[in-house]
Amino acid sequence: MIGGLFIYNHKGEVLISRVYRDDIGRNAVDAFRVNVIHARQQVRSPVTNIARTSFFHVKRSNIWLAAVTKQNVNAAMVFEFLYKMCDVMTAYFGKISEENIKNNFVLIYELLDEILDFGYPQNSETGALKTFITQQGIKSQHLTKEEQSQITSQVTGQIGWRREGIKYRRNELFLDVLESVNLLMSPQGQVLSAHVSGRVVMKSYLSGMPECKFGMNDKIVIDKQGKGGTTDDTGKSGKQSIAIDDCTFHQCVRLSKFDSERSISFIPPDGEYELMRYRTTKDIILPFRVIPLVREVGRTKLEVKVVIKSNFKPSLLAQKIEVRIPTPLNTSGVQVICMKGKAKYKASENAIVWKIKRMVGMKESQISAEIELLPTNDKKKWARPPISMNFEVPFAPSGLKVRYLKVFEPKLNYSDHDVIKWVRYIGRSGIYETRC
Amino acid sequence: MTDSKYFTTTKKGEIFELKAELNSDKKEKKKEAVKKVIASMTVGKDVSALFPDVVNCMQTDNLELKKLVYLYLMNYAKSQPDMAIMAVNTFVKDCEDPNPLIRALAVRTMGCIRVDKITEYLCEPLRKCLKDEDPYVRKTAAVCVAKLHDINAQLVEDQGFLDTLKDLISDSNPMVVANAVAALSEIAESHPNSNLLDLNPQTINKLLTALNECTEWGQIFILDCLANYTPRDDRESQSICERVTPRLSHANSAVVLSAVKVLMKFMEMLPKDLDYYGTLLKKLAPPLVTLLSAEPELQYVALRNINLIVQKRPEILKHEMKVFFVKYNDPIYVKLEKLDIMIRLASQANIAQVLAELKEYATEVDVDFVRKAVRAIGRCAIKVEQSAERCVSTLLDLIQTKVNYVVQEAIVVIKDIFRKYPNKYESVIATLCENLDSLDEPEARAAMIWIVGEYAERIDNADELLESFLEGFHDESTQVQLQLLTAIVKLFLKKPTETQELVQQVLSLATQDSDNPDLRDRGYIYWRLLSTDPVAAKEVVLAEKPLISEETDLIEPTLLDELICHIGTLASVYHKPPSAFVEGSRGVQHKRLPARAGSGESAESPEVGQSGTSEAPPAVIPSQGDLLGDLLNLDLAPATTTVPSVQPSMQMGAMDLLGGGLDSLMGDESDTPGVSHRTEMQSPQPSSDYSERELGGDIGGSPSMGAALGAPAAMPAALSNAPAVGGGLGDLFDLGGGVGMPTGFYVAPKTLFLPAMKAKGLEISGTFARRGGIIQMDLSLTNKAMSVMTDFAIQFNRNSFGLAPAGPLQVLTPLTPNQTIDVSLPLGTTGPVMKMEPLNNLQVAVKNNIDVFYFSCQYPLSLLFVEDGKMERQVFLATWKDIPNDNEAQFQIKDVHLNSDAASNKLQGSNIFTIAKRTVDAQDMLYQSIKLTNGIWVLAEMRVQTGNPNYTLSIKCRAPEVSQFVYQCYELVLKN
Repeated sequence: MIGGLFIYNHKGEVLISRVYRDDIGRNAVDAFRVNVIHARQQVRSPVTNIARTSFFHVKRSNIWLAAVTKQNVNAAMVFEFLYKMCDVMTAYFGKISEENIKNNFVLIYELLDEILDFGYPQNSETGALKTFITQQGIKSQHLTKEEQSQITSQVTGQIGWRREGIKYRRNELFLDVLESVNLLMSPQGQVLSAHVSGRVVMKSYLSGMPECKFGMNDKIVIDKQGKGGTTDDTGKSGKQSIAIDDCTFHQCVRLSKFDSERSISFIPPDGEYELMRYRTTKDIILPFRVIPLVREVGRTKLEVKVVIKSNFKPSLLAQKIEVRIPTPLNTSGVQVICMKGKAKYKASENAIVWKIKRMVGMKESQISAEIELLPTNDKKKWARPPISMNFEVPFAPSGLKVRYLKVFEPKLNYSDHDVIKWVRYIGRSGIYETRC
Repeated sequence: MTDSKYFTTTKKGEIFELKAELNSDKKEKKKEAVKKVIASMTVGKDVSALFPDVVNCMQTDNLELKKLVYLYLMNYAKSQPDMAIMAVNTFVKDCEDPNPLIRALAVRTMGCIRVDKITEYLCEPLRKCLKDEDPYVRKTAAVCVAKLHDINAQLVEDQGFLDTLKDLISDSNPMVVANAVAALSEIAESHPNSNLLDLNPQTINKLLTALNECTEWGQIFILDCLANYTPRDDRESQSICERVTPRLSHANSAVVLSAVKVLMKFMEMLPKDLDYYGTLLKKLAPPLVTLLSAEPELQYVALRNINLIVQKRPEILKHEMKVFFVKYNDPIYVKLEKLDIMIRLASQANIAQVLAELKEYATEVDVDFVRKAVRAIGRCAIKVEQSAERCVSTLLDLIQTKVNYVVQEAIVVIKDIFRKYPNKYESVIATLCENLDSLDEPEARAAMIWIVGEYAERIDNADELLESFLEGFHDESTQVQLQLLTAIVKLFLKKPTETQELVQQVLSLATQDSDNPDLRDRGYIYWRLLSTDPVAAKEVVLAEKPLISEETDLIEPTLLDELICHIGTLASVYHKPPSAFVEGSRGVQHKRLPARAGSGESAESPEVGQSGTSEAPPAVIPSQGDLLGDLLNLDLAPATTTVPSVQPSMQMGAMDLLGGGLDSLMGDESDTPGVSHRTEMQSPQPSSDYSERELGGDIGGSPSMGAALGAPAAMPAALSNAPAVGGGLGDLFDLGGGVGMPTGFYVAPKTLFLPAMKAKGLEISGTFARRGGIIQMDLSLTNKAMSVMTDFAIQFNRNSFGLAPAGPLQVLTPLTPNQTIDVSLPLGTTGPVMKMEPLNNLQVAVKNNIDVFYFSCQYPLSLLFVEDGKMERQVFLATWKDIPNDNEAQFQIKDVHLNSDAASNKLQGSNIFTIAKRTVDAQDMLYQSIKLTNGIWVLAEMRVQTGNPNYTLSIKCRAPEVSQFVYQCYELVLKN
């Protein structure tokens, strides 16, 4: 199991050091600094073995988190734990920075004591942790007996993510379907790979211990229902359902039920959390198409023309559009002309950045640029990195639709109808690249 | 409130000030001081001098302060054991506190203080806490047992904590169960032979129930523990799989990977024809792909594991090539791993896409990545024959970029392509020669030199090129020197007139001016060879080379199986067994995949009929080294089964060399002069990829020469043993045995071995037979040319079982055009031995008055089944048990319409002897034995269900690589 956990600043100074196992010596802290943080070469692996000691690290802005072990630990678990540790810290004090860590070091030690015991991760749900570890010190000393046992049963219980006795005057929930659409396209417009990775994020403000059921236009479910004989649905749903390649759920979802019936039922945590993640690859709506044209004129000049086309309903509006056209390292000057938006050559980023605030569907726009090059002796050809794009659209490129989210709370007197529900779809660009 | 100020002070006299503050009356000030102490401790300052003062602060009702003091204690107690005792009272008192959080804190901290005296006091509170009414305290206490065990194992056992811990597996709270499982697993790991984690169907059921309810981390502990269990039969295995599959949808990647581990392992036990097996395979792909959208570090872990999974079960991800395409922003470690998997998944179906991608990658920035991409193109060419041409042209394009390292890498892989597809792409040599000057890496230089030497006759200025390398001979690396030596000798043999001076120069450089023994030895061998018999030298040095094989970097199967049992862990990331990087006793135990379905039954003996000990004791698990040893035995010692089981591989290389190759080089020229013994002296310096197969052949390439001189004792023994086999006496005996056979040896119809196109009009077809203990090769020679053929002779290359002609090829009359002659060539098994791929491959050279022709063919292994292969029942039982289960292979023989007796009769005709038969539930089990000419025993169990045309065959053998070929014999015999 995890033998120790260290947090360093960018210089390699230790901010937090907690050792759980006797086989991890003092010198381990220095070994990581010398061999990884101060290493001359770029990091070649997130797992490093130094003198039979294994170091796992992740980096958040310029802070290094490293877990150390001398055993054959579950590597996936260690990384999951490190991410979780980051989440917990963020939930407590915001951004992970040297300043924040130094300001909260007592808190971090307390957390580390609680969520990692002898190197075994324990309950790390912030909802539960916040009931007894706070930034103002520890709460539990003034608690009544009932409160204490409520805490411990929540921390260890089956529903470790929610406490009993939550009350809201207005029962309300928000569903956000957030998708990032990824594309790699050849210069000729052939889709080399495309997939959507989506998340359903829920903010729940519900009283009691509500039992929820979530439904979407999952092809498997719709097809099953279609066979069942509901006549009015089958005609439409055939087109509208989507094939989900795979999905994963928050730990509140009953997985065995999903496996057997493909129904998504759960008791949600209070407040914001990620209900599910999913991935689709079939019938993806690609919101934008990029058509590049690069021409080398002699050794010292490049002509670039890029057309973007929006490919969705004209009534919808895409926002925050940004096209990034890479330029060679020996660029000396750039002239750009664009029909819409603003374009600028950013020498420090070796790219022309073209920004458009808004664009409706079924439109196209164009940019052309002349790039002057300095003559070089460098034999190596310019690698031509792909043209990348960023945008945000108000629909789900996978075609996912929320069909229902039903809430049942048998003990309290509110019904599904009394809950105010909001659904929002946002499609963003993931890695959306076109080779040129 | 900002705490960062505690990090700042670094002035002298600080400790003194802190001491004063710690002893202050004001609570606030005390707390501040302790915080300062902890901050100093964190940055690595020694604050142990403050020990008594800090411990004094422990008696407080302020929980925050208490926790800080505990933290300090955990760090320094070991250095101040005597003073640490001062803290004991507080701990004991806290363990009685009404607040469960404080009770848990006390027991948690106490376990972390590694002072013997304290541990004694810990026992009572721990015992109470293990039975505490609050689950939070119990789950903490469960881990504490593991802590205590780490400090003093004996104490834990004496106090009976292990039993209490086992009881916690049945606790009502899932988190307590999970922690108890984690603690028990850890303790069990350090006692490999204790039956601590006594997993039985009942406990497994409890774990599976807890699995649905506990935290994500608890699920990981439970799944990892489940993976150590071996289900009793395929039904149990399936039901566990069914209950584990829902975990594949968990958001936590570690849960998913651990579930994959359990499934991959238990799948081994499911019969492949089961519907559920197919369903399970399909279910595994999506979650594995989803892992690739995790954070990069996790992607890396996932990719390293997928690499293993693809090698073990390529069918799972064969359609998912695209997800492994590299993204521009992937970290380099993700890119390199993806590339590896892409090559493994490359097939004829997707090769075009893969190549297009690889070409993109070859223009990227990162040097390592680009190199690997270029190498990958070469590997595609070798793996997918149809793509070879496109790969070569892609490589040529890349060479045109003139980027130094791209060119060098391309040349190295083109050399391999030449070896795989001889006489196809040599037209590119000219382009390669243009880049001679830019090569500065030894590997690329060596590859280029090999190419020049190998194709010297097609390169006009080959002598100039090689001469230019010779100028700086002493500055070159050994690799290049050796290659240069061989290349110049080749050149000399091809163009003797112009290059005499050159060859003398290189020989003297290698033998007189070099300190390197390998180089010197190789030099001397060439020198003597050239001076004694230039014709023989030509045969040896310019002999045809065997083709290189495609999959070169696969993980050795036993190791792969072990790593599959470690999916998700560091071992799977490093691709090394845990024993390679974990110190002490932990992880030394090798894990193994369970045997395939029914093996539990087949491990039963025919008579005893009761299993129980189907698990072989852990001591006989074959390690990598043993396997190699076994393999070599197989090649080496045809007559004896009692050769010591582990033989160093080096020795093997050396022996072969002197026994087979050198003899024929130095001595008898009388032997058929047209055919060569193909010692691979001229082979290019083997790139490590395929060095293993060249072990036996390459003279100078490996340090085998040195080893040979050092270990001469083993040689005479092995050599003198050899001629005894299959000699006259044995044959006579066999003949007697063979007469009374119910049915004869099955002889396959003749197949075409050598088309007339390739052999200037000589067409050869043939087959193999074993008649009365004598192995025969039946050949039909047809003359399809216009002229008469005479002077036939035949010779075999070294092969796996030492097959060699026992007499000359009897073609007495000249073969006139359009005439066919049938000849029977008796074979012996005393020839030189070298492991072939496939095992039953035989390379043959046939000579006539026109030329020498080569072909290769495969013989049925039943050729080698000897007549006295019937084992004693008792010996059979003992041997079956003794052979590790890993060596068992299972096959299906489909569509056989014979009852078991008829089958048994038929098999006996091919020397597969039925020893015992047992009938259970309308199912006949036949136990059979086979002995090969080299003394290897093969044991088999064949299950025949009445009315079912499909037989199940389990084969066990100390040399598991023969199993597949034995199975093929069964197929052949039973179906004909």
